[in-house]
Amino acid sequence: MTALTRRKPARLAPWEERPSPAGQLGKGTLITLILVAVLGPLYTIVLTSLSSSATVNRAGGLVLVPDGITFEAYRQIFSDTVVSRAVLVSTGVTVVGTLISAGVSVLGAYSLSRPGSFLHRPLLFSVLLMFVFFPGIIPVYLMVSGLGLKDSYWSLILPTAVSAFNVVVLRSFFMNIPGELLDSARIDGAGEFRILFRIVLPMSKAVTAVVAMFYAVGYWNAWFNAMLYMDDTRKWPLALILRQYVVDSNPLPAATAGVTGDAPPTLAIKMAIVVIAVIPALIMYPMVQRHFTKGVIVGAIKG
Amino acid sequence: MGAVTTRRRSPGRTTPPETRTKPHDLTWRAKLRRDWPLLVMNLPMLLIVVAFWWVPALGNVIAFQDYNPYTDGILGSPIIGFTNFALLFQDPQFIRAITNTLSITAFQLVFYFPVPILLALLLNSIVSAKLRAFVQGVVYMPFFFSWVLVIAVFQQMFGGAGLLAQTLRQHGHEGVDLMTNSDTFILLLTSQTIWKDAGWGAIIFLAALSTIDPNLYEAAAVDGARRWRRMWHITLPGLRPVIVLLLILRLGDALNVGFEQFMLQRSAVGSEASEVFDTFVYWSGIRTGDLGYGAAAGLFKGVVGLLLIIAANRVAHAFGERGVYSRS
Repeated sequence: MTALTRRKPARLAPWEERPSPAGQLGKGTLITLILVAVLGPLYTIVLTSLSSSATVNRAGGLVLVPDGITFEAYRQIFSDTVVSRAVLVSTGVTVVGTLISAGVSVLGAYSLSRPGSFLHRPLLFSVLLMFVFFPGIIPVYLMVSGLGLKDSYWSLILPTAVSAFNVVVLRSFFMNIPGELLDSARIDGAGEFRILFRIVLPMSKAVTAVVAMFYAVGYWNAWFNAMLYMDDTRKWPLALILRQYVVDSNPLPAATAGVTGDAPPTLAIKMAIVVIAVIPALIMYPMVQRHFTKGVIVGAIKG
Repeated sequence: MGAVTTRRRSPGRTTPPETRTKPHDLTWRAKLRRDWPLLVMNLPMLLIVVAFWWVPALGNVIAFQDYNPYTDGILGSPIIGFTNFALLFQDPQFIRAITNTLSITAFQLVFYFPVPILLALLLNSIVSAKLRAFVQGVVYMPFFFSWVLVIAVFQQMFGGAGLLAQTLRQHGHEGVDLMTNSDTFILLLTSQTIWKDAGWGAIIFLAALSTIDPNLYEAAAVDGARRWRRMWHITLPGLRPVIVLLLILRLGDALNVGFEQFMLQRSAVGSEASEVFDTFVYWSGIRTGDLGYGAAAGLFKGVVGLLLIIAANRVAHAFGERGVYSRS
């Protein structure tokens, strides 16, 4: 599995023309612009979240030039229960949801990786149908309400627990494992569970990590399900707080311990919430980025 | 007894593995006895798929009912046939949702679709491996941000109190608020999509580029083809299959333009510019409580989407591509 970044030799081939200075300059400018477009907003948001209100006032808004670093905004956020609780809820839903989703998907994908097994075709079909048809927001909403999951954390996990895409990615990876290997384990008396956990999974660490990360990012980022099912503001995940407090500039719901009160949030606090929402993605991303290999992605896209 | 059991089992263990036995030679009983662990493994997924996919899919019968969840329920509500669907097409807001969805798809086909391809070409042309890896790492990143976050970032840049307005004001101009301007909404949402997804979308094209045989370039260069001719005659033909496939798949997915992005900005730019299929379903069904009507809109989208995907796959197969569901 060669990472994409390593595929091209890092030098010009002898037959390649030397790039013209104008071309180099143009390309350099373009790349710089792209980097600024992605990193610039993040830079000023992080910087503003680390600035005192005096600095923010002097800048008239977002801070572009550093002028003293303070963690005041973060201290305020975490001394208030609303945001801390939302961070806890989001973390809990992400951790539990990812464990459930990854577990269910690995088991399911392995169970579908053996053409010709009992009920193979109908079971596979029931998953593949999810690709081409979505039952609709309202029937799913009625089902979740009917199961009594409204205002339950399970409503943030179960409806999106299985992604057909991820199952198919895992399945096609499992199917590429040489059959002789599994057969020899079977001859030695290993059952399916032992084969899965002792042979298949250890060989599929990279793809399992990528799938788990897709699930984790999905849970952390999810906003709509929480908006739909969570009426109780004390159970809100961070995405809803971000929307209410940062995008719409409403006072925090059921604001508790003093600091935020009913006053509209200061810019530094808003930006600190944005930073907190972005941190998990920034942590998980480099860990699995090296696994974004040709195999995983291309196999995934072509299904 | 024990000895008998052992003797009866031991030949079973030494029989050749089932891959050698043709599957259809086995009776279903033998298959079940052999494969029950696989069924156990499948069970959790099956339960979730049945509960949150199959049952809701069947629950779409409420689209054909005058559905009242409190008094009659799904079994007692009167069947009214296609009345909900007929009403949909007299509803100007639904027509608006259709036209908005289709014009957004068309607009993004022109102004979003080529961006990942161009980005992949640019990334591929970076000679230094370290710089290329760094730029790739940066441009993939926003894909992992949520829509709430992307919109929060855009608001801080282009909103009424954002960086752009702030800079304009400091230089004595009027501030602008691009986040609430319904006329430029399509530009705004396309920029958001580019910022969030274009980097990630470039991966598939980079993968396709890496499969092009470098000898082709060398041979062309020896024959006197300069940089642009090589791109035209080698690179683009090498990318053609992927471009065609993704284009077809995008057309099959024409009714999906994203959802949270529109829900989140509906109040800012108004429903006229931002109403798409999914937001219509939500507002007409859940918000106003007319669940049967909303479900009809959702079912309409689901069925037309299904037909489009089937058509797109036919076309993909005609082009000799695999499409989404050819395997299995």
